[in-house]
Amino acid sequence: MGNVLVYIETADGQIAPISFELLGAARKLAGALGGEVEALVAGEAGAAQLGGADTLIQVQHPLLTPYVPEAHVAVLADAVRTRNPQVVLVGNTSVGIDLAAGTAAATGRPLVSYCLGLEVEGGAVVARSQLYGGKIVATTKTEAPAVFAVVAGSFPEAAGRSGGKGQRVDVDPPAALSALRMRFVSSAAPGGEGVDITKAERLVSVGRGIGGPENIELAQELAKALGAEIGASRPVCDSGWLPKARQVGKSGMTVKPKLYFAVGISGAPEHLEGMRDSELIVAVNSDANAPIFKVAHFGTTCDLFDLLPALTERLKAKAG
Amino acid sequence: MHIAVVLKQVPDLVEELEIDSGGKDIDRSFVKMKLNEFDDHALEQAVLLKESGGAKVTAVAIATEGIDQVLYAAKARGADAAMKVEAGEGVLDSRRAASAIAETIKQLAPDLVLTGVQAADDLFGQTGPYLAAVLGWPHVSVVSGVELGGGTVRVHQEYSGGRTAMLEVDLPAVIGVQAAPQPPRYVPVSKLRQAMASGALDSTSGAPASAPAGVAVAGLAKPESGRGAEMLSGAAGEVADRIAALLAERGLARG
Ligand SMILES: Cc1cc2nc3c(=O)[nH]c(=O)nc-3n(C[C@H](O)[C@H](O)[C@H](O)COP(=O)(O)OP(=O)(O)OC[C@H]3O[C@@H](n4cnc5c(N)ncnc54)[C@H](O)[C@@H]3O)c2cc1C
Ligand SMILES: Nc1ncnc2c1ncn2[C@@H]1O[C@H](COP(=O)(O)O)[C@@H](O)[C@H]1O
Repeated sequence: MGNVLVYIETADGQIAPISFELLGAARKLAGALGGEVEALVAGEAGAAQLGGADTLIQVQHPLLTPYVPEAHVAVLADAVRTRNPQVVLVGNTSVGIDLAAGTAAATGRPLVSYCLGLEVEGGAVVARSQLYGGKIVATTKTEAPAVFAVVAGSFPEAAGRSGGKGQRVDVDPPAALSALRMRFVSSAAPGGEGVDITKAERLVSVGRGIGGPENIELAQELAKALGAEIGASRPVCDSGWLPKARQVGKSGMTVKPKLYFAVGISGAPEHLEGMRDSELIVAVNSDANAPIFKVAHFGTTCDLFDLLPALTERLKAKAG
Repeated sequence: MHIAVVLKQVPDLVEELEIDSGGKDIDRSFVKMKLNEFDDHALEQAVLLKESGGAKVTAVAIATEGIDQVLYAAKARGADAAMKVEAGEGVLDSRRAASAIAETIKQLAPDLVLTGVQAADDLFGQTGPYLAAVLGWPHVSVVSGVELGGGTVRVHQEYSGGRTAMLEVDLPAVIGVQAAPQPPRYVPVSKLRQAMASGALDSTSGAPASAPAGVAVAGLAKPESGRGAEMLSGAAGEVADRIAALLAERGLARG
């Protein structure tokens, strides 16, 4: 039978939105494969919310919470070995990187990452994946059984919230959990510095195109004129030009402001993941092919060093 | 303590990428290659550990065009040795690359292997995990910050929403580095020259033992356009006028 197994990702005991996207995608795939949708919950999670699955596989063990990658790979790989699903779906999230590849390696199954779309064709799965920072889309064909890591935002969540049989099975944890080679020590909440960019109504977000820390001021001036907070892409924070608490994206904050003003940001999938649902996105990037323009509502290829001062000046003039 | 850092060159994404006539790969004849930025961070992390705790650092890379320059630069940055893995012609998929690298890692027998978290030029993002699986070592990805302990390392793993955890990992281990605690340092040309003059790079042959990844590329395409942004053209002043106006219309200009 062509079952589809979904790894349910949780954060602070909450089911991550990507899990519902995956359940919805799994429903379609399972239909085409003539199988069912199975959801794997490793540790604690609100089973009541997982009505999108036909079978909820629950594995409990003290070492599964808080999250330790090796423990979760062991549980997922064990479920794949014993239940033999034809398709395994994992979010292409931070934890998904460990899990998808670790599970594929442990079970000898092929892996396709960065998936935006999945379709069954005979006994194979045709996937569309993002490559080269979103500048190229690749179509691949992979014989099942295989593992797929799906980019957040690719499927609607609603389709994965119901429609399953909702059976529940409790499964014993794998023996590997007693021989883990890594341990959880401590965790840290986001933030520091007293800013919470997820609360800002308007964000001016700065990318590597700003060139250096000496130019951040240009964006700060614009932010001031707009009454906006400053956000940033990952390299800007990694370079120490702005604090980490201001990072938007996969390994930073997810924001949904009324205005997201992206300056010198290429729009890599990992960045888009954190801001694509903003109400109005305006992007300034001198490269007309930059992927940020795919999600922006308005864009310009003007040089940011010309545009930012000009815009700041006009906004100040308007405010009187 | 011996740390191996695995390095790879990827196309510079600032450049325009074209698809070749076969339609299944990018046109590699004119692309500018550069060190994968996460590998750059992995190298920085290794050198920082060497400086703080005393470690030997070996840079490892599969032999491809231009890789010598990458390895000399790694030596100039502080790597003690550089190892080129001769794995034959053609672009290897990441599972086969991992299998070739694993052979070299077995010979080097380091305590710790650092890779970049991912590279944007392949479909898998599995080199590090697969390398760890072949070696039978533990693996952690998306790490920003590694500290050495006795027989263990402590790593900061990043999650969505800005949360992080510290994990203690038994050695030997493979760690996928997202970011070093400080930006990768700049190599002065004089140091690079010194590294190049200091002798040939080491090399080993490592044909991949693993089977191909089992994923067939049917075709590459540029993402469909048209659904995207309304582009505002003109001089910066005009564009600024229009943006100011459209923000004002939506009540977003001030407040
Ligand atoms: C596991 C993982 C997690 C990640 N998490 C995140 C994350 O949370 N957040 C994140 O942002 N990234 C994240 N990344 C990194 C991501 O892949 C990209 O590398 C990053 O988003 C690129 O940042 P950027 O757009 O600022 O830089 P670049 O991609 O270098 O883009 C700079 C842009 O500026 C433009 N530009 C240059 N000069 C000018 C000028 N004068 N005027 C106008 N435009 C100009 C260029 O055309 C270019 O498009 C992650 C990567 C991985 C692998
Ligand atoms: N062909 C290769 N040669 C050397 N190192 C590689 C190769 N492929 C991947 N790597 C390493 O593995 C990391 C993850 O790559 P990937 O699995 O391609 O996303 C890279 O950042 C490198 O450190």
